[in-house]
Amino acid sequence: MTVDVKNFRRYVIELSKKNKRADGRALLDYRKPIKIEYGISKNAEGSASVTIGKTNVVCGVKMEIGTPYPDRPDEGTMIVSGEFAAIASPNFEPGAPKENAIELARIVDRGIRESGAIDVKKLCITEGEKAWIVFIDIYIQNHDGNLIDAAALAAIAALSNAKFPKINENGTVDYHEHTEPLPIVQKPIACTINKIDGKLFVDSTADEEQVFDGRLTVTSNEEGIINAMQKGGREGFTEEELNKSVEIALEKAKELRKYL
Amino acid sequence: MSKLLIKEKEIVIPGEKIAEGMDFLPSTGTFREGESIYANKLGLVELKNHITKVVSLKGYYMPKRGDTVIGIINYIGYSGWDVNIGAPYDASLPVGEAVKERVDLLRGDMSRYFNLGDVIIANVFNVTKSKIIKLSMRDYSLKKLNGGRVIKISPSKVPRLIGKSGSMVGMIKEYTKCDINIGQNGFIWINGPIEGQYLIEKAVNLIEEKAHTSGLTDRVKQMLEEGVKNE
Repeated sequence: MTVDVKNFRRYVIELSKKNKRADGRALLDYRKPIKIEYGISKNAEGSASVTIGKTNVVCGVKMEIGTPYPDRPDEGTMIVSGEFAAIASPNFEPGAPKENAIELARIVDRGIRESGAIDVKKLCITEGEKAWIVFIDIYIQNHDGNLIDAAALAAIAALSNAKFPKINENGTVDYHEHTEPLPIVQKPIACTINKIDGKLFVDSTADEEQVFDGRLTVTSNEEGIINAMQKGGREGFTEEELNKSVEIALEKAKELRKYL
Repeated sequence: MSKLLIKEKEIVIPGEKIAEGMDFLPSTGTFREGESIYANKLGLVELKNHITKVVSLKGYYMPKRGDTVIGIINYIGYSGWDVNIGAPYDASLPVGEAVKERVDLLRGDMSRYFNLGDVIIANVFNVTKSKIIKLSMRDYSLKKLNGGRVIKISPSKVPRLIGKSGSMVGMIKEYTKCDINIGQNGFIWINGPIEGQYLIEKAVNLIEEKAHTSGLTDRVKQMLEEGVKNE
Protein backbone atom coordinates (compact mmCIF):
# COMPACT_ATOMS: atom_id res chain seq x y z
CA MET A 1 0.00 0.00 0.00
CA THR A 2 1.44 3.29 -0.95
CA VAL A 3 1.38 5.94 1.74
CA ASP A 4 1.73 8.89 -0.57
CA VAL A 5 -1.46 8.69 -2.61
CA LYS A 6 -1.37 12.23 -3.99
CA ASN A 7 2.09 12.02 -5.56
CA PHE A 8 1.70 8.39 -6.59
CA ARG A 9 -1.20 9.37 -8.82
CA ARG A 10 0.95 11.90 -10.61
CA TYR A 11 3.66 9.28 -11.05
CA VAL A 12 1.22 6.74 -12.52
CA ILE A 13 -0.08 9.32 -14.99
CA GLU A 14 3.47 10.28 -16.04
CA LEU A 15 4.43 6.65 -16.56
CA SER A 16 1.26 5.83 -18.48
CA LYS A 17 2.23 8.34 -21.15
CA LYS A 18 5.12 5.98 -21.92
CA ASN A 19 2.84 2.92 -21.83
CA LYS A 20 4.47 1.85 -18.57
CA ARG A 21 3.28 0.86 -15.12
CA ALA A 22 4.80 1.18 -11.66
CA ASP A 23 5.63 -2.54 -11.64
CA GLY A 24 7.10 -2.61 -15.14
CA ARG A 25 4.14 -3.92 -17.12
CA ALA A 26 2.51 -2.31 -20.15
CA LEU A 27 -0.94 -0.78 -19.63
CA LEU A 28 -2.82 -3.76 -21.07
CA ASP A 29 -0.79 -6.58 -19.51
CA TYR A 30 -2.02 -8.97 -16.86
CA ARG A 31 0.38 -10.01 -14.14
CA LYS A 32 1.93 -13.34 -14.97
CA PRO A 33 1.63 -16.16 -14.31
CA ILE A 34 -2.02 -16.49 -13.36
CA LYS A 35 -2.31 -19.65 -11.32
CA ILE A 36 -5.45 -21.71 -10.83
CA GLU A 37 -5.51 -24.62 -8.40
CA TYR A 38 -8.48 -26.96 -8.35
CA GLY A 39 -9.95 -29.00 -5.52
CA ILE A 40 -8.15 -27.28 -2.66
CA SER A 41 -10.93 -27.93 -0.14
CA LYS A 42 -11.95 -31.50 0.53
CA ASN A 43 -15.21 -30.57 2.28
CA ALA A 44 -16.55 -28.48 -0.57
CA GLU A 45 -18.29 -29.98 -3.60
CA GLY A 46 -15.90 -27.99 -5.75
CA SER A 47 -13.20 -25.44 -5.04
CA ALA A 48 -10.50 -23.39 -6.67
CA SER A 49 -7.83 -20.89 -5.76
CA VAL A 50 -6.78 -18.15 -8.15
CA THR A 51 -3.52 -16.24 -7.84
CA ILE A 52 -2.88 -13.12 -9.92
CA GLY A 53 0.34 -11.49 -8.80
CA LYS A 54 -0.01 -11.17 -5.04
CA THR A 55 -3.81 -11.31 -5.15
CA ASN A 56 -5.19 -14.60 -3.95
CA VAL A 57 -8.87 -15.55 -4.03
CA VAL A 58 -10.36 -18.84 -2.88
CA CYS A 59 -13.78 -20.02 -3.95
CA GLY A 60 -15.79 -22.96 -2.65
CA VAL A 61 -19.03 -24.49 -3.93
CA LYS A 62 -21.43 -26.13 -1.49
CA MET A 63 -24.77 -27.71 -2.40
CA GLU A 64 -27.95 -28.26 -0.45
CA ILE A 65 -31.42 -29.54 -1.22
CA GLY A 66 -34.18 -26.94 -0.98
CA THR A 67 -37.54 -26.09 -2.48
CA PRO A 68 -37.55 -24.31 -5.84
CA TYR A 69 -39.15 -20.89 -6.23
CA PRO A 70 -42.93 -21.14 -6.91
CA ASP A 71 -42.64 -19.30 -10.24
CA ARG A 72 -39.82 -21.58 -11.38
CA PRO A 73 -40.77 -25.02 -10.10
CA ASP A 74 -38.41 -26.91 -12.42
CA GLU A 75 -35.23 -24.96 -11.70
CA GLY A 76 -32.54 -25.06 -9.04
CA THR A 77 -30.92 -21.88 -7.81
CA MET A 78 -27.59 -20.36 -6.88
CA ILE A 79 -26.35 -17.88 -4.29
CA VAL A 80 -23.02 -16.04 -4.42
CA SER A 81 -21.48 -14.49 -1.34
CA GLY A 82 -18.19 -12.70 -0.91
CA GLU A 83 -16.05 -12.24 2.13
CA PHE A 84 -13.02 -9.97 2.50
CA ALA A 85 -10.92 -11.64 5.17
CA ALA A 86 -9.27 -9.13 7.49
CA ILE A 87 -5.92 -10.82 6.88
CA ALA A 88 -6.03 -9.85 3.20
CA SER A 89 -5.38 -6.13 3.57
CA PRO A 90 -4.87 -3.52 6.30
CA ASN A 91 -7.99 -1.79 4.97
CA PHE A 92 -10.33 -4.75 5.54
CA GLU A 93 -12.04 -5.16 8.87
CA PRO A 94 -13.75 -8.17 10.39
CA GLY A 95 -17.50 -8.26 10.66
CA ALA A 96 -20.47 -8.30 8.33
CA PRO A 97 -19.63 -7.89 4.60
CA LYS A 98 -19.24 -4.25 3.62
CA GLU A 99 -20.32 -2.55 0.44
CA ASN A 100 -17.24 -3.68 -1.53
CA ALA A 101 -17.78 -7.36 -0.64
CA ILE A 102 -21.46 -7.19 -1.58
CA GLU A 103 -20.66 -5.48 -4.88
CA LEU A 104 -18.03 -8.11 -5.70
CA ALA A 105 -20.45 -10.97 -5.00
CA ARG A 106 -23.14 -9.34 -7.10
CA ILE A 107 -20.86 -8.81 -10.10
CA VAL A 108 -19.77 -12.47 -9.97
CA ASP A 109 -23.39 -13.58 -9.44
CA ARG A 110 -24.64 -11.57 -12.40
CA GLY A 111 -21.97 -12.96 -14.69
CA ILE A 112 -22.82 -16.55 -13.86
CA ARG A 113 -26.58 -16.04 -13.80
CA GLU A 114 -26.98 -13.99 -16.98
CA SER A 115 -24.64 -16.13 -19.06
CA GLY A 116 -26.60 -19.22 -18.05
CA ALA A 117 -23.37 -20.84 -16.90
CA ILE A 118 -25.20 -23.47 -14.88
CA ASP A 119 -27.99 -25.43 -16.56
CA VAL A 120 -30.45 -24.75 -13.72
CA LYS A 121 -33.08 -27.15 -15.12
CA LYS A 122 -30.73 -30.03 -14.37
CA LEU A 123 -30.50 -28.95 -10.72
CA CYS A 124 -34.15 -29.88 -10.20
CA ILE A 125 -34.74 -33.22 -8.48
CA THR A 126 -38.54 -33.34 -8.15
CA GLU A 127 -40.53 -30.62 -9.88
CA GLY A 128 -41.97 -28.10 -7.44
CA GLU A 129 -40.61 -29.91 -4.42
CA LYS A 130 -36.89 -30.52 -4.44
CA ALA A 131 -34.02 -28.84 -6.19
CA TRP A 132 -30.33 -28.21 -5.57
CA ILE A 133 -29.25 -24.84 -4.21
CA VAL A 134 -25.69 -24.00 -5.20
CA PHE A 135 -23.76 -21.80 -2.76
CA ILE A 136 -20.73 -20.10 -4.25
CA ASP A 137 -18.60 -18.62 -1.48
CA ILE A 138 -15.72 -16.33 -2.34
CA TYR A 139 -12.96 -15.58 0.14
CA ILE A 140 -10.33 -12.96 -0.49
CA GLN A 141 -7.10 -14.27 1.01
CA ASN A 142 -4.75 -11.52 -0.11
CA HIS A 143 -5.58 -8.21 -1.71
CA ASP A 144 -3.28 -6.73 -4.29
CA GLY A 145 -5.88 -5.34 -6.63
CA ASN A 146 -8.14 -6.69 -9.36
CA LEU A 147 -10.28 -8.72 -6.97
CA ILE A 148 -13.27 -8.84 -9.33
CA ASP A 149 -11.45 -10.61 -12.15
CA ALA A 150 -9.79 -13.02 -9.74
CA ALA A 151 -13.08 -13.75 -7.94
CA ALA A 152 -15.01 -14.34 -11.17
CA LEU A 153 -12.27 -16.63 -12.40
CA ALA A 154 -12.21 -18.52 -9.08
CA ALA A 155 -16.00 -18.90 -9.11
CA ILE A 156 -16.18 -20.42 -12.57
CA ALA A 157 -13.14 -22.61 -11.87
CA ALA A 158 -14.74 -23.90 -8.66
CA LEU A 159 -18.05 -24.53 -10.44
CA SER A 160 -16.40 -26.56 -13.18
CA ASN A 161 -14.61 -28.51 -10.45
CA ALA A 162 -17.85 -29.24 -8.55
CA LYS A 163 -19.66 -32.58 -8.44
CA PHE A 164 -23.14 -33.49 -7.22
CA PRO A 165 -23.18 -35.11 -3.78
CA LYS A 166 -24.86 -38.51 -3.62
CA ILE A 167 -28.52 -38.68 -2.54
CA ASN A 168 -29.30 -41.69 -0.33
CA GLU A 169 -32.41 -43.79 -0.83
CA ASN A 170 -34.10 -42.26 2.21
CA GLY A 171 -33.66 -38.77 0.76
CA THR A 172 -30.70 -37.56 2.84
CA VAL A 173 -27.50 -36.29 1.24
CA ASP A 174 -24.18 -38.06 1.56
CA TYR A 175 -21.54 -35.36 1.26
CA HIS A 176 -18.69 -37.86 1.31
CA GLU A 177 -19.57 -39.38 -2.03
CA HIS A 178 -19.94 -37.49 -5.25
CA THR A 179 -21.50 -38.50 -8.54
CA GLU A 180 -21.46 -36.57 -11.82
CA PRO A 181 -20.06 -33.07 -12.41
CA LEU A 182 -22.29 -30.00 -12.30
CA PRO A 183 -23.94 -29.06 -15.62
CA ILE A 184 -21.73 -26.11 -16.63
CA VAL A 185 -22.60 -24.96 -20.13
CA GLN A 186 -20.94 -21.54 -20.27
CA LYS A 187 -17.78 -20.10 -18.77
CA PRO A 188 -18.17 -16.36 -18.28
CA ILE A 189 -14.96 -14.37 -17.73
CA ALA A 190 -14.86 -10.96 -16.10
CA CYS A 191 -12.34 -8.34 -17.15
CA THR A 192 -12.03 -5.07 -15.28
CA ILE A 193 -10.76 -1.95 -16.97
CA ASN A 194 -9.55 0.95 -14.85
CA LYS A 195 -9.27 4.49 -16.03
CA ILE A 196 -6.68 6.96 -14.78
CA ASP A 197 -6.59 10.38 -16.42
CA GLY A 198 -8.16 9.10 -19.65
CA LYS A 199 -5.81 6.11 -19.93
CA LEU A 200 -7.19 2.59 -19.74
CA PHE A 201 -5.52 -0.12 -17.65
CA VAL A 202 -6.23 -3.77 -16.97
CA ASP A 203 -5.33 -5.78 -13.87
CA SER A 204 -4.54 -2.89 -11.55
CA THR A 205 -2.61 -3.42 -8.33
CA ALA A 206 -3.91 -2.30 -4.93
CA ASP A 207 -1.77 0.83 -5.21
CA GLU A 208 -3.26 1.76 -8.57
CA GLU A 209 -6.77 1.10 -7.31
CA GLN A 210 -6.24 3.80 -4.70
CA VAL A 211 -5.79 6.43 -7.40
CA PHE A 212 -8.04 5.42 -10.32
CA ASP A 213 -10.91 7.56 -11.61
CA GLY A 214 -13.28 4.92 -12.92
CA ARG A 215 -13.67 1.20 -13.34
CA LEU A 216 -15.69 -0.92 -15.72
CA THR A 217 -16.14 -4.67 -15.47
CA VAL A 218 -17.25 -6.54 -18.57
CA THR A 219 -18.22 -10.19 -18.29
CA SER A 220 -18.34 -12.13 -21.54
CA ASN A 221 -18.80 -15.74 -22.59
CA GLU A 222 -16.92 -17.92 -25.04
CA GLU A 223 -18.68 -16.53 -28.11
CA GLY A 224 -17.76 -12.99 -27.10
CA ILE A 225 -21.27 -12.08 -26.01
CA ILE A 226 -21.42 -9.60 -23.13
CA ASN A 227 -23.33 -11.03 -20.18
CA ALA A 228 -22.87 -8.41 -17.53
CA MET A 229 -21.33 -5.03 -16.93
CA GLN A 230 -20.61 -3.01 -13.83
CA LYS A 231 -19.34 0.53 -13.55
CA GLY A 232 -17.59 1.82 -10.44
CA GLY A 233 -15.51 4.76 -9.33
CA ARG A 234 -16.31 8.44 -9.40
CA GLU A 235 -15.64 9.37 -13.02
CA GLY A 236 -17.62 8.40 -16.10
CA PHE A 237 -16.55 6.78 -19.37
CA THR A 238 -17.06 8.56 -22.68
CA GLU A 239 -18.66 6.65 -25.54
CA GLU A 240 -15.29 6.19 -27.19
CA GLU A 241 -13.69 4.94 -23.99
CA LEU A 242 -16.58 2.58 -23.41
CA ASN A 243 -16.26 1.02 -26.86
CA LYS A 244 -12.53 0.67 -26.42
CA SER A 245 -12.97 -0.87 -22.96
CA VAL A 246 -15.37 -3.48 -24.27
CA GLU A 247 -12.97 -4.31 -27.07
CA ILE A 248 -10.09 -4.73 -24.59
CA ALA A 249 -12.25 -6.79 -22.21
CA LEU A 250 -13.28 -9.24 -24.93
CA GLU A 251 -9.67 -9.58 -26.05
CA LYS A 252 -8.38 -10.12 -22.51
CA ALA A 253 -11.18 -12.60 -21.69
CA LYS A 254 -9.79 -14.86 -24.43
CA GLU A 255 -6.39 -14.69 -22.78
CA LEU A 256 -7.80 -15.46 -19.32
CA ARG A 257 -9.87 -18.35 -20.65
CA LYS A 258 -6.68 -20.23 -21.52
CA TYR A 259 -5.82 -20.58 -17.85
CA LEU A 260 -9.07 -22.41 -17.02
CA MET B 1 31.79 -21.64 30.63
CA SER B 2 30.17 -19.21 28.22
CA LYS B 3 29.35 -20.36 24.75
CA LEU B 4 27.70 -18.82 21.70
CA LEU B 5 25.27 -21.20 20.02
CA ILE B 6 24.19 -19.09 17.04
CA LYS B 7 26.47 -17.43 14.52
CA GLU B 8 26.14 -13.76 13.73
CA LYS B 9 23.59 -12.84 11.01
CA GLU B 10 21.75 -16.12 11.48
CA ILE B 11 17.95 -16.21 11.64
CA VAL B 12 16.42 -17.11 15.01
CA ILE B 13 12.83 -17.75 16.06
CA PRO B 14 11.27 -16.67 19.39
CA GLY B 15 12.51 -18.89 22.22
CA GLU B 16 15.62 -20.05 20.43
CA LYS B 17 18.72 -20.22 22.65
CA ILE B 18 21.36 -17.78 21.45
CA ALA B 19 24.08 -18.11 24.09
CA GLU B 20 24.92 -19.87 27.31
CA GLY B 21 26.70 -18.37 30.30
CA MET B 22 26.93 -15.00 32.02
CA ASP B 23 29.58 -13.54 29.71
CA PHE B 24 26.93 -12.51 27.19
CA LEU B 25 24.43 -9.73 27.78
CA PRO B 26 20.87 -9.43 26.45
CA SER B 27 19.56 -6.31 24.71
CA THR B 28 16.72 -5.56 22.23
CA GLY B 29 15.02 -8.71 21.03
CA THR B 30 16.67 -11.01 23.56
CA PHE B 31 16.17 -11.93 27.23
CA ARG B 32 17.97 -13.90 29.91
CA GLU B 33 16.49 -16.88 31.68
CA GLY B 34 18.69 -18.73 34.12
CA GLU B 35 22.15 -18.59 32.62
CA SER B 36 21.10 -18.58 28.95
CA ILE B 37 20.03 -15.92 26.50
CA TYR B 38 17.00 -16.48 24.28
CA ALA B 39 15.49 -14.60 21.35
CA ASN B 40 12.06 -13.09 21.83
CA LYS B 41 11.36 -12.28 18.21
CA LEU B 42 12.03 -13.51 14.71
CA GLY B 43 15.06 -11.90 13.17
CA LEU B 44 18.79 -11.81 12.61
CA VAL B 45 21.30 -12.09 15.44
CA GLU B 46 23.76 -9.26 15.88
CA LEU B 47 26.75 -9.28 18.23
CA LYS B 48 28.67 -6.32 19.60
CA ASN B 49 31.17 -6.84 22.42
CA HIS B 50 29.27 -9.74 23.97
CA ILE B 51 25.97 -7.90 23.76
CA THR B 52 23.42 -9.95 21.85
CA LYS B 53 20.69 -8.32 19.83
CA VAL B 54 17.97 -9.57 17.48
CA VAL B 55 17.01 -7.28 14.60
CA SER B 56 13.61 -8.11 13.18
CA LEU B 57 13.29 -8.80 9.46
CA LYS B 58 10.19 -6.72 9.08
CA GLY B 59 8.00 -4.58 11.23
CA TYR B 60 6.63 -1.22 12.17
CA TYR B 61 8.85 1.70 12.84
CA MET B 62 9.30 2.46 16.52
CA PRO B 63 10.26 6.13 16.90
CA LYS B 64 13.31 7.08 18.93
CA ARG B 65 14.27 10.51 20.11
CA GLY B 66 16.55 12.25 17.62
CA ASP B 67 15.53 10.24 14.54
CA THR B 68 15.15 12.17 11.32
CA VAL B 69 11.97 10.98 9.67
CA ILE B 70 9.89 11.66 6.59
CA GLY B 71 6.19 12.07 7.21
CA ILE B 72 2.95 12.77 5.42
CA ILE B 73 0.43 15.24 6.85
CA ASN B 74 -2.61 13.29 7.93
CA TYR B 75 -4.76 15.79 9.77
CA ILE B 76 -4.84 19.54 10.34
CA GLY B 77 -5.67 20.47 13.89
CA TYR B 78 -6.25 23.75 15.70
CA SER B 79 -2.63 24.33 16.68
CA GLY B 80 -0.67 21.71 14.80
CA TRP B 81 -0.69 18.75 12.49
CA ASP B 82 -0.88 14.99 12.78
CA VAL B 83 1.77 13.27 10.72
CA ASN B 84 1.91 9.71 9.41
CA ILE B 85 5.47 8.51 9.97
CA GLY B 86 4.80 4.81 9.51
CA ALA B 87 4.68 4.18 13.26
CA PRO B 88 1.70 2.52 14.96
CA TYR B 89 0.76 5.96 16.30
CA ASP B 90 0.48 9.27 14.47
CA ALA B 91 3.05 11.86 15.43
CA SER B 92 2.05 15.39 16.27
CA LEU B 93 3.76 18.49 14.98
CA PRO B 94 2.87 21.63 16.95
CA VAL B 95 2.75 24.87 15.03
CA GLY B 96 5.48 26.43 17.18
CA GLU B 97 7.94 23.71 16.20
CA ALA B 98 7.16 23.99 12.51
CA VAL B 99 6.67 27.61 11.51
CA LYS B 100 9.14 30.39 12.22
CA GLU B 101 6.76 33.30 11.89
CA ARG B 102 4.03 34.26 14.36
CA VAL B 103 0.74 32.55 13.53
CA ASP B 104 -2.65 33.87 14.55
CA LEU B 105 -4.44 30.65 15.38
CA LEU B 106 -7.86 32.28 15.42
CA ARG B 107 -7.62 33.69 11.93
CA GLY B 108 -4.74 31.88 10.28
CA ASP B 109 -5.36 29.09 7.82
CA MET B 110 -3.13 26.21 8.88
CA SER B 111 -3.23 24.56 5.45
CA ARG B 112 -1.27 27.57 4.20
CA TYR B 113 1.82 26.04 5.79
CA PHE B 114 1.20 22.32 5.43
CA ASN B 115 -1.80 20.84 3.68
CA LEU B 116 -3.14 17.28 3.77
CA GLY B 117 -0.85 14.91 1.86
CA ASP B 118 2.16 17.23 2.04
CA VAL B 119 5.50 15.55 2.64
CA ILE B 120 7.80 16.89 5.36
CA ILE B 121 11.15 15.97 6.80
CA ALA B 122 11.27 16.37 10.58
CA ASN B 123 13.04 15.33 13.74
CA VAL B 124 11.57 13.15 16.50
CA PHE B 125 11.67 15.57 19.40
CA ASN B 126 10.20 13.40 22.11
CA VAL B 127 8.52 10.04 22.61
CA THR B 128 6.65 9.61 25.88
CA LYS B 129 6.00 6.34 27.67
CA SER B 130 2.41 6.34 26.43
CA LYS B 131 3.78 6.73 22.88
CA ILE B 132 2.85 10.32 22.23
CA ILE B 133 5.28 11.31 19.48
CA LYS B 134 6.30 14.94 19.13
CA LEU B 135 8.05 16.19 16.00
CA SER B 136 10.16 19.27 15.52
CA MET B 137 11.33 21.13 12.43
CA ARG B 138 13.70 23.63 14.06
CA ASP B 139 16.65 23.12 11.74
CA TYR B 140 17.55 24.43 8.33
CA SER B 141 17.54 20.92 6.84
CA LEU B 142 14.05 20.13 8.12
CA LYS B 143 11.47 21.38 5.69
CA LYS B 144 8.56 20.65 3.44
CA LEU B 145 9.50 18.51 0.44
CA ASN B 146 7.90 19.76 -2.75
CA GLY B 147 7.18 17.50 -5.72
CA GLY B 148 8.50 13.95 -5.92
CA ARG B 149 6.87 11.11 -4.08
CA VAL B 150 7.32 8.80 -1.12
CA ILE B 151 8.08 5.08 -1.30
CA LYS B 152 8.55 2.68 1.57
CA ILE B 153 11.15 0.22 2.81
CA SER B 154 11.26 -1.81 6.00
CA PRO B 155 12.80 0.43 8.71
CA SER B 156 15.19 -2.36 9.66
CA LYS B 157 16.65 -2.23 6.15
CA VAL B 158 17.36 1.49 6.09
CA PRO B 159 21.05 0.97 7.07
CA ARG B 160 21.53 -1.36 4.09
CA LEU B 161 19.90 1.17 1.76
CA ILE B 162 22.26 3.91 2.95
CA GLY B 163 25.31 1.62 2.91
CA LYS B 164 28.69 2.24 4.52
CA SER B 165 29.02 6.03 4.85
CA GLY B 166 26.32 6.51 2.24
CA SER B 167 27.91 4.36 -0.49
CA MET B 168 24.73 2.59 -1.60
CA VAL B 169 22.50 5.66 -1.74
CA GLY B 170 25.31 7.62 -3.42
CA MET B 171 25.54 5.01 -6.14
CA ILE B 172 21.77 5.01 -6.68
CA LYS B 173 21.77 8.81 -6.91
CA GLU B 174 24.56 8.74 -9.47
CA TYR B 175 22.88 6.23 -11.78
CA THR B 176 19.33 7.57 -11.57
CA LYS B 177 20.03 11.32 -11.42
CA CYS B 178 17.36 11.67 -8.76
CA ASP B 179 17.16 13.38 -5.39
CA ILE B 180 16.76 10.94 -2.52
CA ASN B 181 15.92 11.67 1.09
CA ILE B 182 15.80 8.71 3.45
CA GLY B 183 13.98 8.87 6.77
CA GLN B 184 14.92 6.60 9.65
CA ASN B 185 11.30 5.41 9.55
CA GLY B 186 11.71 3.74 6.15
CA PHE B 187 9.95 6.45 4.15
CA ILE B 188 12.02 7.47 1.15
CA TRP B 189 11.30 10.67 -0.72
CA ILE B 190 12.47 10.67 -4.33
CA ASN B 191 12.31 13.33 -6.99
CA GLY B 192 13.71 13.53 -10.49
CA PRO B 193 13.24 12.08 -13.97
CA ILE B 194 10.48 9.51 -14.21
CA GLU B 195 12.85 6.76 -15.45
CA GLY B 196 15.08 7.38 -12.46
CA GLN B 197 12.18 7.14 -10.03
CA TYR B 198 11.19 3.86 -11.62
CA LEU B 199 14.73 2.51 -11.25
CA ILE B 200 14.97 3.60 -7.61
CA GLU B 201 11.79 1.75 -6.78
CA LYS B 202 13.23 -1.37 -8.39
CA ALA B 203 16.50 -0.98 -6.49
CA VAL B 204 14.67 -0.47 -3.19
CA ASN B 205 12.60 -3.59 -3.77
CA LEU B 206 15.80 -5.52 -4.51
CA ILE B 207 17.41 -4.29 -1.28
CA GLU B 208 14.25 -5.12 0.65
CA GLU B 209 14.31 -8.70 -0.65
CA LYS B 210 18.04 -9.39 -0.50
CA ALA B 211 19.11 -7.24 2.46
CA HIS B 212 20.42 -10.24 4.39
CA THR B 213 22.69 -11.52 1.60
CA SER B 214 26.27 -10.51 0.93
CA GLY B 215 27.38 -8.81 -2.27
CA LEU B 216 24.30 -6.62 -2.24
CA THR B 217 26.05 -3.53 -3.58
CA ASP B 218 27.29 -5.41 -6.65
CA ARG B 219 23.86 -6.80 -7.32
CA VAL B 220 22.22 -3.38 -7.10
CA LYS B 221 24.95 -1.89 -9.29
CA GLN B 222 24.36 -4.54 -11.95
CA MET B 223 20.62 -3.90 -11.86
CA LEU B 224 21.08 -0.14 -12.18
CA GLU B 225 23.50 -0.51 -15.08
CA GLU B 226 21.07 -2.68 -16.96
CA GLY B 227 18.24 -0.29 -16.16
CA VAL B 228 20.15 2.72 -17.47
CA LYS B 229 21.07 0.83 -20.64
CA ASN B 230 17.50 -0.09 -21.37
CA GLU B 231 16.25 3.46 -21.23
